[in-house]
Amino acid sequence: MNKKAIIEKTAQIIFLVCAVIAILAVCSITFYMIMKGTPALKEVGVLDLLFGRIWKPTAGEPSFGIFYIILASIVGTAMAVLLGVPVGLLTAVFLSELSSKKIGKIVSGAVELLAAIPSVIYGLIGMMILNPFMYMLEKKIFEGSSTHQFTGGANLLSAIIVLAVMILPTVISVSTSSMRAVTDSLRSASLALGATKLQTIFKVVIPAAKSGILTGIVLGIGRALGEAMAINMVAGGAVNIPLPFNSVRTLTTQIVSEMGYASGTHRQVLFTVGLVLYVFIMLINLILLKVRKGGDE
Amino acid sequence: MSKSRKIKEIILYGLIYICAAVAVVLLVGIIGYVLAKGLKSVNLEFLTTVTSVLHGTVGIAGNIVNTIYIIVITMLIATPIGVGSAVYLNEYAKPGRLVTIIEFATETLSGIPSIIFGLFGMMFFGQTMGLGYSLLTGSLTLILMVLPLITRNTQEALKTVPDSYRNGAIGLGAGKWHTIRTILLPSAMPGIITGVILAVGRIVGESAALLFTAGSGKALINGLSNLFPKMFQSGGSMTVQLYLSATSEGDFDTAFGIAVTLLVIVFLINLGTKALAKKFDVTQLK
Repeated sequence: MNKKAIIEKTAQIIFLVCAVIAILAVCSITFYMIMKGTPALKEVGVLDLLFGRIWKPTAGEPSFGIFYIILASIVGTAMAVLLGVPVGLLTAVFLSELSSKKIGKIVSGAVELLAAIPSVIYGLIGMMILNPFMYMLEKKIFEGSSTHQFTGGANLLSAIIVLAVMILPTVISVSTSSMRAVTDSLRSASLALGATKLQTIFKVVIPAAKSGILTGIVLGIGRALGEAMAINMVAGGAVNIPLPFNSVRTLTTQIVSEMGYASGTHRQVLFTVGLVLYVFIMLINLILLKVRKGGDE
Repeated sequence: MSKSRKIKEIILYGLIYICAAVAVVLLVGIIGYVLAKGLKSVNLEFLTTVTSVLHGTVGIAGNIVNTIYIIVITMLIATPIGVGSAVYLNEYAKPGRLVTIIEFATETLSGIPSIIFGLFGMMFFGQTMGLGYSLLTGSLTLILMVLPLITRNTQEALKTVPDSYRNGAIGLGAGKWHTIRTILLPSAMPGIITGVILAVGRIVGESAALLFTAGSGKALINGLSNLFPKMFQSGGSMTVQLYLSATSEGDFDTAFGIAVTLLVIVFLINLGTKALAKKFDVTQLK
């Protein structure tokens, strides 16, 4: 082989190695999550761990039920999506169908910057503004209640609002670009048939951009489920049933707030919490793959 | 149009405009609030000293240096790998199973939440490889996180390089490697740089993946000879310090001071990517 051929071959191999690193990374992350996450399942028992309602990791007779933690993640994410998606979708309608160029630029610039703001800043602002406001409401609503545990405003509702704000940019930008990709001939045809602009948007453009919008929503779900620091700062520090005014722990905040000091079985259970989160995220990735494929066809 | 439908339309228009305003109001509110609360904490001492009871100073210089340190190590390793991966996918690979798997892996990687990266980094780089809480552990973890960003942006840029460039180079007798090095990568440079800047932005804002990998050390590097050993010491980024200040330390002045600093950086990065996109936008050159 001459020198040139050797160089060519070497270059190709190096590029291949670079490309394979992504596969290696996903495989080793999966491997580690499973390896570290399963021992606690055996030790505590699958049912007791996943469906146990009591979380007392450091008690004399410890109990490691993470059911409410899983539930809080699901409820928090679902409510944030219910709150954030309509707002995001209507904003996308504005950006792609109604806005003038100049105002559109301002709004989409704001959306881009919102996406770039670090999550700890969202958490900090939630702590300073949302939590005191929630505490005020809490004091009004539960005045004289002997059963309610006061949280100082760090509750599920605060977490939902922060999450809803944080998924907005994802939903807006993905939906906007998929609505912009809808061909103008569809709009013209609809308008020519006598439909109003809004009818055209909601009956023609949005259905045509369905798969892109769905992608945005699924991405938003993933982002909400995986967000850790911001909601850890606003959602309180106790494992509870996910009711609006309860302090809650989610899968992510449970890891963030206890990994620092946990040991023994407690630590292993936290790895299982990570594994549960990982399984959820992988499911979302698969759904995403399906949604995108559906869009291609 | 019937009257009730007209009212419905008006309400719907109203809702659309309100929602669009929400994004702008939120942004202005957040920036305004952070500036109002944090601007008084930011001064030269805050940015150039380390918080110390002994010297009576409050500052985040150590955290700024840590953040820069993490950015540099991460990008030095992640950029070549990400670009290489994109080159392979775009220039060498023939459509087939391997490409599908690589693209799926890249896609998956970009969907994994940062707290999972943090857990993996802590277990693999920190414990298995024995690096403990260190800037290196944090950087290695973040490489995996930003890799998809760089790969995807480079791929997009390579796709826009016309095939005539490739054919021309090959026709003139250049090898594939030579073509990539002298024609394709330079043409794709704006896309690569955009990817790098976006990745830097992601690193600046990252906290969950760093908390259990890079730890929370605040010390400055003392002396150039310690530049390399610093890699193996724990170091909290600005975001991690903000989190600690706002929670366990209860020092909101520092927290808001860091928030102001972070917002300025994020704003500059945003402007940078915009300027780049404008400069290299092919549609505007014509």
